[in-house]
Amino acid sequence: MALRDKPSQFVAWLQAGPMMLVFLVFFLVPLAFVIIVSFWDYNEYEMIPSFTTRGYVETFEGCLAQLPDLCTILKTYLKTLKLCFLVWLITLVIGFTVAYFLAFHIRSKTWQIALSLICTIPFWTSNVIRMIAWIPLLGRNGLVNSGLVKAGVIDKPLEWLLYSEFAVVLALVHLFTFFMVVPIFNSMIRIDKRLIEAAYDAGATGFQTLTNVIIPLAKPGIVIGSIFVITIVMGDFVTIGVMGGQQIAAAGKIIETRLNALQFPAAAANAVILLGITFMIIAMLSRLVDVRKEL
Amino acid sequence: MTEDTTKSGLSRRTLLKGAAAGAGLAAGSGAITGFPYVMSQEAKVLRYLGTAVNAGDEISKKCLADTGIKIEYITVTTDDVTKRVVTQPNSFDVLDTEYFSLKKLVPSGNILALDAKKIKEFNNITPVFTKGQLPSGKKIGDQGTAPWKVLYLEGKDSKTFAKSPTEFVTLIPTVYNADTLGIRPDLIKRPISSWAELLNPEFKGKASILNIPSIGIMDAAMVVEATGQYKYADKGNMTKAEIDLTMKILTEAKKSGQFRAFWKDFNESVNLMASGETVIQSMWSPAVTKVRSMGIPCVFQPLKEGYRSWASGFCVSKGVSGKKLEWAYEFVNWFLSGWAGAYLNRQGYYSAVLSTAKANMEPYEWAYWMEGKAAEKDIKAPDGSLLEKAGAIRDGGSYDDRMGSVACWNAVMDENDYMVRKWNEFIAA
Repeated sequence: MALRDKPSQFVAWLQAGPMMLVFLVFFLVPLAFVIIVSFWDYNEYEMIPSFTTRGYVETFEGCLAQLPDLCTILKTYLKTLKLCFLVWLITLVIGFTVAYFLAFHIRSKTWQIALSLICTIPFWTSNVIRMIAWIPLLGRNGLVNSGLVKAGVIDKPLEWLLYSEFAVVLALVHLFTFFMVVPIFNSMIRIDKRLIEAAYDAGATGFQTLTNVIIPLAKPGIVIGSIFVITIVMGDFVTIGVMGGQQIAAAGKIIETRLNALQFPAAAANAVILLGITFMIIAMLSRLVDVRKEL
Repeated sequence: MTEDTTKSGLSRRTLLKGAAAGAGLAAGSGAITGFPYVMSQEAKVLRYLGTAVNAGDEISKKCLADTGIKIEYITVTTDDVTKRVVTQPNSFDVLDTEYFSLKKLVPSGNILALDAKKIKEFNNITPVFTKGQLPSGKKIGDQGTAPWKVLYLEGKDSKTFAKSPTEFVTLIPTVYNADTLGIRPDLIKRPISSWAELLNPEFKGKASILNIPSIGIMDAAMVVEATGQYKYADKGNMTKAEIDLTMKILTEAKKSGQFRAFWKDFNESVNLMASGETVIQSMWSPAVTKVRSMGIPCVFQPLKEGYRSWASGFCVSKGVSGKKLEWAYEFVNWFLSGWAGAYLNRQGYYSAVLSTAKANMEPYEWAYWMEGKAAEKDIKAPDGSLLEKAGAIRDGGSYDDRMGSVACWNAVMDENDYMVRKWNEFIAA
């Protein structure tokens, strides 16, 4: 037994090896560096490799004293979570609907493939372009405003269309809905159609079928899509910066400004905090469904 | 004999290949100089790190034609310039940066002091840089990181600034300007004369300030002084309490919705103004020119409290030596020799060597841009597009009027770290 096991174990390690190596070199090692650097000291122009918790302490400076008022950093994280939640909710609803339509309303395989390919068309242009394209549309003198004014719906341009949370959420939803569609669609097409027929035969209404059959079976897709969207939005600073007119704080933005001021250890500390929070959210999501088992 | 030559030739070649591959272009071209016939072919390339402001296509074309030096622009934002110098000093040869950055760059040890003796026009550089005064002798404001405070180093490898002139120069000045607010006169419809207007609730949701902390806070300080709320000892070197006060005033304005957006680069500021999202904002002179050349009225408004000035120049990466260093000197000398200076003057900037720029401009151009006189003929931008019709007068008047009214210079404060944290809180508030 033992003799026969060893070679197969060796082969298994060999097969997993390349991926492990990539994971180690491009993920674990850099992450370890970030964590180490987050405990370094710094000045205007260099990092000083001595242990200090300055990066963390200064991040939360004055937070205790300000209670019960929230300090800027906590407000920033709350704002990030709020944006993240909104984007997640909207992409989930849209993504689920699109996937549902593709999986259950389109009968032919060819059309399913063709239509899901159409969903990828926006990805042929870069994220930045798709984001910036909203600006002339939403601006004070943009298409939407001038259209509404001319149509007599409003008498002066809406200010909240651009450089606002609305614009941020809109752009993020536009950019990332597809990340929900694909995994959910993927789960849905693998649902045995006979289950739905059985539900129908047993007298379930459409809504009951949806909540009792389809949603539970599409859960892995929903969780995977959610992980995609949440991790991207939590770390985003470009979209939030551009669409928010650089006025809306986000966790990623703090890291960016720290980097710009050459305060690398402080940026690393903030990155570690952000990673921790994102990790907690994902851990909670993974509690809901064992992704590995369902795949 | 024959065999020997071939052999040694071959091995030298292999060695060269190895050197070129290993040490990159710089070392490679340096090694090749042993062969005269190869040298005539070698490309004179300088990697030029700077912001988009000075990275003119025309300048690089003219430079290539005049000197054979090919300029490869690496265009990044002001913050990224500094970041790159500190973290990747080998990724560029010539650096175009502002004097206020020197307080970070010089201690990092990544830039090379230039030898004033090798700069042909060094003694003709305007006294604004060397003495802090106008050619007429009038003293100008020295709050903040004024260029003459950080122009010289004590020695070749020194990391401390010299109090009096030495031959080791940190940054050869090229271009500078007196900055003020940009406004849209067609949308404001009344005269603007004070920095205080930036935070005037009348322009609620239509103002903007730039999101580069070390410059933005100076604009804020000009506003605070203009509103009479506080008088700083040195706007460019605030105490923690002064930083708190300034940021508090800005934060209150932000919370009440004063700002439409913050901008970080040239094009963002142009877009904000041109699209009418903002009507009053911190702006750079060529950005105003750009908006105006799009056919949209925009004024670089002179204000009674004076200007916030900045200056930038060239220095060289520590990693540059040998031939490459000579090209760098050649490039700097070419830049100061007049054509580029005239080009910059026509954009609304000022050139460091006035005499050579003057020689390269038409008398009517010089009169318009530098002497504050009404334009005798139509004023054209460097690209040939019409800027002003005959009879127009430059915003803010002559060189002496503008540079003479400088109140402070862009700065890096002693409390910079604290200031950046507070600025972060302001942006996040």
